[in-house]
Amino acid sequence: MANIVHYINQFFAGVGGEDSAGSGPTLVMGPVGPGRRLAELLGPEHEIVATVWCGDDVASGIVPAIIDLIRSVDVDGGVGSDVDGGVGGGVDLVAAGPAFTSGRYGLACARVAAAAHDAGWLAVASMHEDNPGLDEAGATPVVASGEVARRMAPSLDRLAGAVTKLLRHEPLTAADGRIGKLARLTVMADARAAERAVDLALVRLAGDHTATEIPLPRFDQVTPAAPVEDLTTAMVALVTEGGLVPDDNPGALESARATRWLRYPIGNLDALMAGEWRSIHGGFSTAYANDDPHRILPLDVGRQLVADGAVGSLFAEYFVTTGNGTSVANARRFGIEWAADLRHSGARAAILTAT
Amino acid sequence: MLLCNLISIAERVGAPRIVPTRGIPYPTGDPSLTPEAEKAWRRRLLDRALEALATTVHQPTVFEVPEEARA
Repeated sequence: MANIVHYINQFFAGVGGEDSAGSGPTLVMGPVGPGRRLAELLGPEHEIVATVWCGDDVASGIVPAIIDLIRSVDVDGGVGSDVDGGVGGGVDLVAAGPAFTSGRYGLACARVAAAAHDAGWLAVASMHEDNPGLDEAGATPVVASGEVARRMAPSLDRLAGAVTKLLRHEPLTAADGRIGKLARLTVMADARAAERAVDLALVRLAGDHTATEIPLPRFDQVTPAAPVEDLTTAMVALVTEGGLVPDDNPGALESARATRWLRYPIGNLDALMAGEWRSIHGGFSTAYANDDPHRILPLDVGRQLVADGAVGSLFAEYFVTTGNGTSVANARRFGIEWAADLRHSGARAAILTAT
Repeated sequence: MLLCNLISIAERVGAPRIVPTRGIPYPTGDPSLTPEAEKAWRRRLLDRALEALATTVHQPTVFEVPEEARA
């Protein structure tokens, strides 16, 4: 029998909502909340020996304390487990979530699962693929949950399936609902590449236009905004993913895999001087950008356009992030936040430079 | 609207209004030009960007800077 520790947040532990979001990690023996249904689904073969819950506001920052609590779980007097590879007092696997699209909870689940994996346990987290915490799981498996807690039942079905499969030491695949980073493994194919290519071509010729050995990421459909009716009176914003920041990078913008965006004032500037600005983007040589920052953010020409009456005015700040390895989920969030902020500020259009 | 060099990616992610630029590291520049010519090229890019912003589109649409206008 395998021993499982389940990680959840304060809400699903039944402790409270935002009023309890600052609570530190707590260990409870046996399943709690959604863990009860998960235990039923796992059946008598496996046991949820303990639940660790923690408040959403603090969990992602104190993952080592959560891991210590899991380590303290002492099953059968700490004599170890019946499953190969079990360490830490007989715990075999750590399951976290489902976190749905909850950002703080998802981040905590991803980090707990990754840390549990690093500690030598099997680990899996459950969250929606849009959860901004997804990337934090690294190579630790994550399976998809529904978007909201109303989808708890099917989300737990999938998590239970993933737990069972991991305990059999079988890899999780997209068919198991696995999302996020997929580990690339070297395997022996049953046919050589040329044969597989011909087979795939035949499948496509037969009408299956999506068959592939290498699924590509899916992207959203974007509904274009209506055109700006009169640019000569409109406020236009300059925004960029080119990582251009004041020379000392005061906001510590990441050079890759950005998790945030920043805003800097340009309302009193007519130009961006070399040496005062710098691109910290890690995805290309920034020498050209640093020699003339207008190659990333065209403020000089923006001022010309205002002086010539081509646009009404420029927004007094620019927004910046780094679009280098940035997750689609984060990029989507930046876009939503930029659009909302600019709309609120009265800007009618944005010119985005991308590298 | 989007000024960028990797047009196929911009189209694939559904960017509605795209103006192609000359290089990945300098979307609004061209280091092969003199500073004056480079700024003139930047102006042409931005003028085209404004035309894109004023145009109705229904899908990813590329607004090339006319060849004869290139510096």
